[in-house]
Amino acid sequence: MQQASLAGGFADPPHQSSTAFRAIMQVMARPGRIETITGGAAPAPLSGAASSVLLTLADPDTGVHLAGAFDTQAVRDWITFQTGAPLVAAPAAQFVLGAWADIDLTQLAIGTAEYPDRSATVIVELPALSPEGAILTGPGIRDRATLGLPGDVGVFQRNAALFPLGVDFMFTSGAQIAALPRSTKVSQCTSNQR
Amino acid sequence: MPTGRLRNDLPLVFAYFWNNEGAGMSEYNFAYLDEQTKRMIRRAILKGLAIPGYQVPFASREMPMPYGWGTGGVQVSAAVMTQADVLKVIDQGADDTTNAVSIRRFFERTAGVATTEATEAATVIQTRHRIPEVPLSEDQILVYQVPIPEPLRFLEPSEVETRKMHALEDYGLMHVKLYEDISAHGAIATSYAYPVQVEGRYVMDPSPIPKFDNPKLGMAAIQLFGAGREQRIYALPPYTQVVSLDFEDHPFEPSKADHPCGLCGATDSYLDELIVDDAGGRMFMCSDTDYCQARRAAGHVGALAEDAA
Repeated sequence: MQQASLAGGFADPPHQSSTAFRAIMQVMARPGRIETITGGAAPAPLSGAASSVLLTLADPDTGVHLAGAFDTQAVRDWITFQTGAPLVAAPAAQFVLGAWADIDLTQLAIGTAEYPDRSATVIVELPALSPEGAILTGPGIRDRATLGLPGDVGVFQRNAALFPLGVDFMFTSGAQIAALPRSTKVSQCTSNQR
Repeated sequence: MPTGRLRNDLPLVFAYFWNNEGAGMSEYNFAYLDEQTKRMIRRAILKGLAIPGYQVPFASREMPMPYGWGTGGVQVSAAVMTQADVLKVIDQGADDTTNAVSIRRFFERTAGVATTEATEAATVIQTRHRIPEVPLSEDQILVYQVPIPEPLRFLEPSEVETRKMHALEDYGLMHVKLYEDISAHGAIATSYAYPVQVEGRYVMDPSPIPKFDNPKLGMAAIQLFGAGREQRIYALPPYTQVVSLDFEDHPFEPSKADHPCGLCGATDSYLDELIVDDAGGRMFMCSDTDYCQARRAAGHVGALAEDAA
């Protein structure tokens, strides 16, 4: 285990995790909103925001799956030391973390009809978060909201069509976080901006 | 708050908090619960927000208060609370009942948060069976104490069956229950814990709030529901579509006592009926004490304000 895995945790877990969770709850309750979340600093390529999410929510009860370039020994060691979360295969994971291109949504847990909460939360690391993009409607949104989403909106539409099953997304970049729960209906922005 | 008097009429730990004013509570983690418990509750809250109206099972902890005193609400409040929060606790609308005072005090001592009785000043409001009269803002969080989270429970005692009914969206039994109300009483007689359907999917128990409060459920604040004994958490994100179940020919009607408040004269607030003498005399007053007080402070006077003073 490298020295790097010992650093980058919360210095004051009760208070830092409570403020981090408030930011996570706000974005999950209000799709399209972008919040700042700080405190965690995992080895690269993990962002501070994704590190903070893991410190706040992951523990020995939650399987974490690292996809693609995020599956490095340094990141694995950091998660193991800081959270105690087991690193598991994608279908067994409660938290899946990676770049958009590396995540295979078809493999992930979407819950069961009787327990739709037994589903994965996907933390997608993006180069940047943009308040402009796809149009969002649904719970947590007064009229409509917009958020830049990776890839094709059809993916998110198909996920929403599974409701109440499906996965929930968090998007992280630097110290910023946004979320897209399965309850949100996504449509393509009709204007010329993409 | 009286502090000089020792009390032995409270549950043990409340009595401890009451009788040990000034003693530090640093022996507890922030907001009482340990971090792993808070993570578990926080994960349940997030799934609850992602699936509005669905009851997420969680490993409810034994709290230092009896079931029925708001153990679910207290655990949810503890999991969402930050040091910067201002907490308000109401019990049937009132800030000054034993339950409300004790829970407020519990968090003053274990989390060191500021508390208030003013609805507008609070960031987290824990409530038992009421929604404040003043509309809540986007910056606020409303935490409900829930006794029986399952709206179908009194129609179907088996959890296995009710879970299947939710999975299959089989809510016919609930409509039959409301219909039986109509056939027996001529109207839907359910007046509190009136069932709602969330986003056209899950039928949800809004906790035993009066049906007068149901139209407020689509509010701007985040609403979280905690049932400690029954080990369930559920949630409504802001602006969620919440429809009270009804029939075309018997539409839902939020109702209240047809009187103005005796103290502040409000005609738009939910009222408690108070027996004031042995001769059957009664008065009606706002159940939301902060709303009533604010109105009286602003100069509104009800018909019975003199008598009460």
